Amino acid sequence: MAWFRRSKENISTDSQKKDTPEGMWVKCESCGEIIHKKTLEQNLWTCSKCNFHFRIGSKEYFSFLLDEGSFKEYDKKMYSKDPLNFVDTKKYRDRVRETIKKTGLYDAVRYGSAEINKIGIVIAGMDFAFIGGSMGLVVGEKVSRAIDRALTAKKPLIVICSSGGARMMEAAYSLMQMAKTSAKLTRLSDAGIPYIAVLTDPTTGGVTASFAMLGDVILAEPGALIGFAGPRVIKQTIGKDLPPGFQRSEFLLEKGFVDAVIHRKDMKDTLTKLLGMMYSN
Amino acid sequence: MAKVVLDFEKPIVELEQKIEEMRKLSDNLDIADEIATLEKKVSQLRENIFSNLTRWQKVQLARHPDRPYTLDYISMIMTDFVELHGDRAFSDDKAIVAGFARLDGQPVMVIGHQKGRDTKSNLYRNFGMPQPEGYRKALRLMKLAAKLSRPIITMIDTSGAYPGIEAEERGQGEAIARNLFEMSHLPVPIIVAIIGEGASGGALGIGVGDRVLMMENTWYSVISPESCSSILWRSWDYKEQAAEALHLTARDLMEQKIIDRVIPEPPGGAHRNPQQAAAILKDTLIEELKLLQKIKPDKLVEKRIEKFAAMGEFHP
Ligand SMILES: [Zn+2]
Repeated sequence: MAWFRRSKENISTDSQKKDTPEGMWVKCESCGEIIHKKTLEQNLWTCSKCNFHFRIGSKEYFSFLLDEGSFKEYDKKMYSKDPLNFVDTKKYRDRVRETIKKTGLYDAVRYGSAEINKIGIVIAGMDFAFIGGSMGLVVGEKVSRAIDRALTAKKPLIVICSSGGARMMEAAYSLMQMAKTSAKLTRLSDAGIPYIAVLTDPTTGGVTASFAMLGDVILAEPGALIGFAGPRVIKQTIGKDLPPGFQRSEFLLEKGFVDAVIHRKDMKDTLTKLLGMMYSN
Repeated sequence: MAKVVLDFEKPIVELEQKIEEMRKLSDNLDIADEIATLEKKVSQLRENIFSNLTRWQKVQLARHPDRPYTLDYISMIMTDFVELHGDRAFSDDKAIVAGFARLDGQPVMVIGHQKGRDTKSNLYRNFGMPQPEGYRKALRLMKLAAKLSRPIITMIDTSGAYPGIEAEERGQGEAIARNLFEMSHLPVPIIVAIIGEGASGGALGIGVGDRVLMMENTWYSVISPESCSSILWRSWDYKEQAAEALHLTARDLMEQKIIDRVIPEPPGGAHRNPQQAAAILKDTLIEELKLLQKIKPDKLVEKRIEKFAAMGEFHP
């Protein structure tokens, strides 16, 4: 649930425009390097000086990962109907409507069929910009449908994860999406179809405790925050500072919970190699 | 009887105490009439209060320190319980208990969160908040049950999986995810009973089953009202509103089609009459189990996956 307080850190093109003259320059939040936007894009939104991986959306991710023009999106306009009429300081319904307007996205995941170096796949990519990439009904349903599609098309599934946790405003429905997606993955497993999870910053909460940690192979981008409980909650509970590097990709690699930490620039190559060896349709 | 009395329970308990005092004072027949009147009054009062509980009050009942916990129910409704420990990899988590037992003579695997009653036992049980080893112990024993074709009964009562450094180091998220995945396709009947608190992934980690039942005064949601308040309202003061907004009671979840059945509790809640609460739970479990055992294992798994796939089914 860390997304809510951290939303200020959220990288979005809007805030970049405000921060820099004419909106053409971006500051690396890790090393402070000032980078031209074009250069940043050419570097796949990573810092060429310190390798910091900027948070990006599904659109950016798909742009370098998938063969050009191969992505065919499904259920694009599925959006949350606010099943509980949830109101906190704001109506959830309004929050959703405003976020749709602001981001041009309909919820925190997009999925479809695509190709990676001519290998047919089904892919889902999450968007942290949409209410912190939180998982509610729509994320659960779309990931489930991506699994169904991978199953019927007999194509490998790739999910690019990025989530601050559960969509609180969908309460128990949101919780059940963990069980729903995990249950669906048993079918993919039984059918012998590979599933690769790619964890990006941040992958926490209910997404971690379901499909993110259920990849046959789990790849992580460098420096991504990955965990079940958020660092703030842990710190609050134990009343101590957390060790440096705690819950980062390299930490999870060391502890045995991800298969490999892969630089964004090498992600397409790595996935191509893996898919080629893991599956022949 | 009651050691801890909640605010809204006070008028009931006070009246009950008055009746008890009168009983002690005399066995005069005139007073017996008066006692009968008062008893009628107390049951009316109780019904009045309990039929108008707010969602936050239900949360308080679910956490009532006198409420029966997993081991209490096991001792009241099962026989031959042999507790089995450890995940065979790292340690034994005391926040989850598990073992073979007989329900109505029939061997089952029973698994549940376990809270403590006082400071010492709460520290021992880590306040019913499991580490990854708890989920892995549960999974090891569920797989054993599947191997031996024994049904599984889980009891949920946790304020969440423990958010600690070691828990994260040892893969809390992975442990819960693995259980969701494996529980989805174990070829034996699984009945899940929420007996107290059902908080988030820590609850769901042993909560995937063919039948999910909630006792009347329990809650089940993605987050506690307090945490929800602190995140969405940015203050701890909105827990009542958060509880309302989350729609987290047994009746709510029945309406949302997330659970299958509400198990009634004795008047005043399970903590006022643990024996009766246990008896109702026992009858319900036996009845549900009989129905599930008529279903062939592959059909059972198929239906279970479909059941969870349909949760919050999207109607575009
Ligand atoms: Zn940098």
